[in-house]
Amino acid sequence: MSNYQEIISQYRPLLEIIVYGSAVALILVGLYAVLVKKHLVKVVIGLSLIDSGVNLLFVGVGYVTNHTAPIFSPGYENAADRMVDPVPQALVLTAIVIGFAVTALALSLVIRLYRHHKTANVEQLNRLRW
Amino acid sequence: MKRIFVVFLLLVLGLAVYRAFHKAPFGQNRIGDVERPQSVSAFYLKHSPETLHTANSVTAIVVNFRGFDTLGEVTVLFLAATGLASILYRRKEEEEATEKAHLPGRIQLPSSTLVRTGAKILFPLILMLGIYVFVHGHLTPGGGFQGGSIIATGFLLMFITYKRFNVNHNVLIWLESLSGLAFVLTGIYGLISYGSFLQNTGWTGRLNDLISGGLIPLIYIFIGIKVGTELTNVLDTLLHTKPRRHE
Repeated sequence: MSNYQEIISQYRPLLEIIVYGSAVALILVGLYAVLVKKHLVKVVIGLSLIDSGVNLLFVGVGYVTNHTAPIFSPGYENAADRMVDPVPQALVLTAIVIGFAVTALALSLVIRLYRHHKTANVEQLNRLRW
Repeated sequence: MKRIFVVFLLLVLGLAVYRAFHKAPFGQNRIGDVERPQSVSAFYLKHSPETLHTANSVTAIVVNFRGFDTLGEVTVLFLAATGLASILYRRKEEEEATEKAHLPGRIQLPSSTLVRTGAKILFPLILMLGIYVFVHGHLTPGGGFQGGSIIATGFLLMFITYKRFNVNHNVLIWLESLSGLAFVLTGIYGLISYGSFLQNTGWTGRLNDLISGGLIPLIYIFIGIKVGTELTNVLDTLLHTKPRRHE
């Protein structure tokens, strides 16, 4: 156990690059899809990628080295000073649900557009009247 | 050319975001002393086991400390489901026209016996797992939202395996409305007995008991039922673009 903790603290800068870097990379890939892609479904996928990136960033900020999950299960009743931050986790729980709602609504709008224009490509949507 | 510009822009943005978060070092303890709480996280970590006797402090935050926020979140989910249904609504004649246009391209192959038998075996097990997750939301990782999503994946499995699988819409709508109403009523119960909306009861039981935490498990069960039925409703609307033929 202590060996594992030593290894974790030894590679902390590397862990920072991995967690923060992958979160920022997810946000950037999502933004790229939103800015460049022509197909609307791909734009929606980009939006949900940005969501996941932001959530990962939040949970990463709340992490504390060598601390456990904020659950007082048997054996951990007095471990409150060895727990990671619970507030970002609760916020992310909310954000995931809102992200689901946003994605579902955006997809339904895309389906509606596709039904009317027979295409979901932005460049071919030049007749913007119903 | 445009793409190069976009990539350059994104790289600059990414560097800025990364530098901003580099100032909040990864793994640093920002909670402070739990016994004499200075930050809101320390307050929650102290009072979740001591006052509420809830093992999972994330659940304690979501359902009790920030319960009003969760009520709003459930409302947002409900509004999304309603908006989805109203956006995808189709009139009958419009429906028949698109049916004719799309029929040849549609894949109507039935699933194989293996998939159908496997889905039949897995479906009750998935439902049971979902119910377990939201009943034990205050003891283990998980809760109403997670358990509800697990239940909805069980229904998704049935939807894509059996083309003719239909859920009873009236049952779904009643379950959803009743659980939403029960959430609000528990809030009003707190308002009447203890003077504040969604206030927890004084009796909270022992830490790590199944029946502990006062109103927290009750509210999370309501949320679990509500989220499960709501997501099933959304999946049904998205997958069955054909309207039900009710003569």
